Amino acid sequence: MSAILPLRLEDVSFAAGGRFIIERVSLALEAGSSTIILGANGAGKSVLMRLMHGLLAPTSGRVAWSGEGARRRQAMVFQRPVMLRRSACANVVYALKVAGVPVAQRERLATAALEEVGLRQVAQRPARVLSGGEQQRLALARAWALNPEILFLDEPTANLDPGATREIETIIKAFDAAGTKIVMSTHSLGQARRLGDEVIFLHQGRVAERSPIERFFPQPASPEAAAFVNGELPWA
Amino acid sequence: MLDAVLSGLRLVATLDLRLWEIVGLSLAVSLSAVALATLLGLPLGAAIAVGRFPGRQAVIVVLNALMGLPPVVVGLFIYLLLSRAGPLGELGLLFTPQAMVIAQTVLVLPIIAALARQSVEDAWREYEEQLRSLGVQGWGGALTVLWDIRFSLLTAVLAGLGRASAEVGAVMIVGGNIDGVTRVMTTTIALETSKGDLPLALGLGIVLIAIVLALNAGAHLIKEAAQRRYG
Repeated sequence: MSAILPLRLEDVSFAAGGRFIIERVSLALEAGSSTIILGANGAGKSVLMRLMHGLLAPTSGRVAWSGEGARRRQAMVFQRPVMLRRSACANVVYALKVAGVPVAQRERLATAALEEVGLRQVAQRPARVLSGGEQQRLALARAWALNPEILFLDEPTANLDPGATREIETIIKAFDAAGTKIVMSTHSLGQARRLGDEVIFLHQGRVAERSPIERFFPQPASPEAAAFVNGELPWA
Repeated sequence: MLDAVLSGLRLVATLDLRLWEIVGLSLAVSLSAVALATLLGLPLGAAIAVGRFPGRQAVIVVLNALMGLPPVVVGLFIYLLLSRAGPLGELGLLFTPQAMVIAQTVLVLPIIAALARQSVEDAWREYEEQLRSLGVQGWGGALTVLWDIRFSLLTAVLAGLGRASAEVGAVMIVGGNIDGVTRVMTTTIALETSKGDLPLALGLGIVLIAIVLALNAGAHLIKEAAQRRYG
């Protein structure tokens, strides 16, 4: 299987309602390091990831993968997971079916994925009656089963309590350890420090700064990022 | 008046053969029509909900308007199609139960399709990104949503069934209300009332209401159970 990374965005803009939400963004995402997308509300984080993932088409510019079959080699976990009205296991099996995995392998891969996220014992429970944290882990299991080369996460712990957040972060680290490229947006600077290798800082639809994590927090290069980091509430 | 009600109840209680023949044909016609309309209407509604094509808004408006089709107009339209001189006259279907099924299917199809369209569209708003992210393409997404909300679609089917079992105009025109052949509950009630035979009319009225009530209660229980089971 050929690699689909690096992912290149060439002069990508996205406009809606006569307003640019993403404006002339050019960047490349390499395999390996985990990329955290930071920015204030409305900076364009979610839209940028949807453009990368192909859920939105750019108004102008180009999103280019390096290899063939990129659709099948990427996955996305949303802020609010959407589960089908069937068992947890059946939700993972459904994703495998859509991805064209042969019937004989689906059950085994799904079980392994549920094991990975610690949901083995609720595999047969209806997905929609699981707790918010469990549903988000199930969303990660669904992505895990697909063994993606790159995983997009759009504020995956925004609605979760600290315990559930910790569990989600552990799973995200497991993805990273397994060689999946992580691209994640978050509002938690602590989470960015724990999970990220580098930061892409968005300000009003543009990339204001891109720095390694160990440099971004002590000395942000751009005034916008400096204001953002310093504006963090002391207890957050 | 009280006498008529009591006689009506007696007919029901004594399993009067004539009465139950009529009830049986009514159920056969309406259930067949609703089954056909469901088979056609759910995919049609889902396709309109998920599809993006020119004139889509106009299609939705027309479909919603067709929910209010007057049964006598549908009856007339099917009558013209099936009458000896009509384009489908050779089939010889006029004044048969099959003609009644066709008329009721036409009557009920827009109701089921329009209500399904609304339900699927609401659900699609929630599911679309996730399904597209997984790589679901084309009508696969519509079918997935249709299956996932199947229990809420019962409401659409019930609305169709309510319409089919309650209407008189369409079956009267294309069926002809022939005794023993195309006489159903509603047409009998209309006829017997005008003749003054209130017991049979009332007996049928009681049965009709009981059936509609039972079907709705059953559907309600199924939906409740599904809600608890699947969330």
